Amino acid sequence: MNEPLPIHCENLCLSRNQRQVLDTISCNFRAGALTAVIGPNGAGKSSLLSCLAGALPAATGRLQLGDRAAASVSAAERARLLAYLPQQESPAWSMVAEDLVALGLLPWGRSIDSQHKRERVSRALEDVDAVSLSRRPVTQLSGGELRRIQLARLLVGEAPVLIADEPGAALDIRHQLQLMQTFRQQADSGKTVILALHDLPLAARYCDHIVMLQGGRLRAQGSPEHVLTPEQVGDVYGVHSEFRWRDGRPEFVTGDLV
Amino acid sequence: MLANRKVILTLLACALPLAMLAALSSGPVSIDIPAAIVDGWYSDSSDAVILWQLRLPRAVLAILVGAALGLGGAAMQGMLRNPLAEPALLGVSSGAALAAILVLYYGAVSIGLVLPLLAILGALLAVASVWLLAGRGASASRLVLAGVAINAFLSALMALALNYAPSMFAMQEIVFWLLGSLANRGWDQVLLALPFVLIGALFLFFSRNYLRALSLGEASASSLGFGGRRYPLLVLFGIAFAVGSSVAVAGTIGFIGLVVPHLMRPLVGQDPGRLLWASALAGALLLLLADVLVLNTVGTQELRIGAVTAFIGAPFFFWLIVKGRREASL
Repeated sequence: MNEPLPIHCENLCLSRNQRQVLDTISCNFRAGALTAVIGPNGAGKSSLLSCLAGALPAATGRLQLGDRAAASVSAAERARLLAYLPQQESPAWSMVAEDLVALGLLPWGRSIDSQHKRERVSRALEDVDAVSLSRRPVTQLSGGELRRIQLARLLVGEAPVLIADEPGAALDIRHQLQLMQTFRQQADSGKTVILALHDLPLAARYCDHIVMLQGGRLRAQGSPEHVLTPEQVGDVYGVHSEFRWRDGRPEFVTGDLV
Repeated sequence: MLANRKVILTLLACALPLAMLAALSSGPVSIDIPAAIVDGWYSDSSDAVILWQLRLPRAVLAILVGAALGLGGAAMQGMLRNPLAEPALLGVSSGAALAAILVLYYGAVSIGLVLPLLAILGALLAVASVWLLAGRGASASRLVLAGVAINAFLSALMALALNYAPSMFAMQEIVFWLLGSLANRGWDQVLLALPFVLIGALFLFFSRNYLRALSLGEASASSLGFGGRRYPLLVLFGIAFAVGSSVAVAGTIGFIGLVVPHLMRPLVGQDPGRLLWASALAGALLLLLADVLVLNTVGTQELRIGAVTAFIGAPFFFWLIVKGRREASL
């Protein structure tokens, strides 16, 4: 199977339209850990994720994939190492769901035979509880159903690094929990999983590591307990909150506006 | 679906020789085709000359040009993620047309291959200007915008050239050329267009997975390993070579590039990679059939094939709209 592939970035900077969207960000994403990137709207979560995925070029600073500099990895190889799901991905054509999932195998070209490809696609559809949708045209799916198909597309390549931007935003509660459990399992199997999340309770419950951004800068990083303190959450989001342990599990609840 | 798709492609491939036979037996004089075939290429019997030197190259050219236009249309729609895109949108056709008009303008048409060669150059220059104008890492919408701008400028130049046409004769030549025609073309035109169409098809063949990945949007395509400038360039110049060379030998023939991918989507599915080859096949068939229609229309002036394809294209869109209305009201 694939080697574990931690990601390390150092002094990452990025400007778009004369605005500094990422300002000297240095952080680590461990293999085998589920990391959440959090922060209010416009904090730079999506920019950081697309930088890591190589979808946004021209960032200054250093980005390491394992022990190699990201710049020295070819686009084709990078696509096999990192799977990325952007925040918004709307299919241009009404293909059937399993064809969309199979697009996740494009970086492997013909090195995987078609029988094996079909097996991988049905396994990925099982992982997101969407087997029944496999023959449906994607334009006829609801927002949440489409998102699950796109998640299957993310998982199908079995890349050692999974990066997803707000993966659960359109999902109902059951599928959100199911999704987080899937990512949890992926991380436990040794993958580097990086999610941008708005849902802090989910982040507290499932993630090992949290990277908190504010205005393009790194505000804090560490375990959920260490990052989601009432002071920091109050300062960054302007909301009262509490982090507590209940039956040995972390629980994060929000209160009123500060 | 898969079996269905294969049946449809096989049917199309079988229809092509039949349409070819219809094209070979159409024309102002009736010839004895079996006898002409037996006489062979080098025979100087009139039937053989008509078959081998007039009708066959014309039919082959219809197939070549139709395939190039269908292919170009499917690639364009795939790259711009828009089912209403056609190759003309990026100035390919007007670049070729302007170059041709300038040649006709100065009466250099007698020098045989000058016109098509310069027209191909015109198409390549037009696409290169669109690319430069759109700038680095341009999104599909910026490319369209640049294409519209370049197209508008080229149309203005064409209008100017028509305005100051040196003679009525030159004007008539230009207008007829712009209507598109396969009449009076020979093996020279086929041999001239063939390598460029093949280069274009090869470029598009190498970009088929890029077009597939692009179904998900530019960010996802780039994360699937299709980022950077290489792939859009490959598609653009693939279209410029294929469509530019067909405009160069047959004039501007509209609607094939727009309509054919639409016709094929319900039949072979929406995968932009697969659509390329299905559209090439269907484009070849459609243009050949349109030419059979042209050849069987009586009149003092030959009907131009560009006019025929426009008459196929426009009602097709009426039908698309009516179908959309009916589906919306269901």
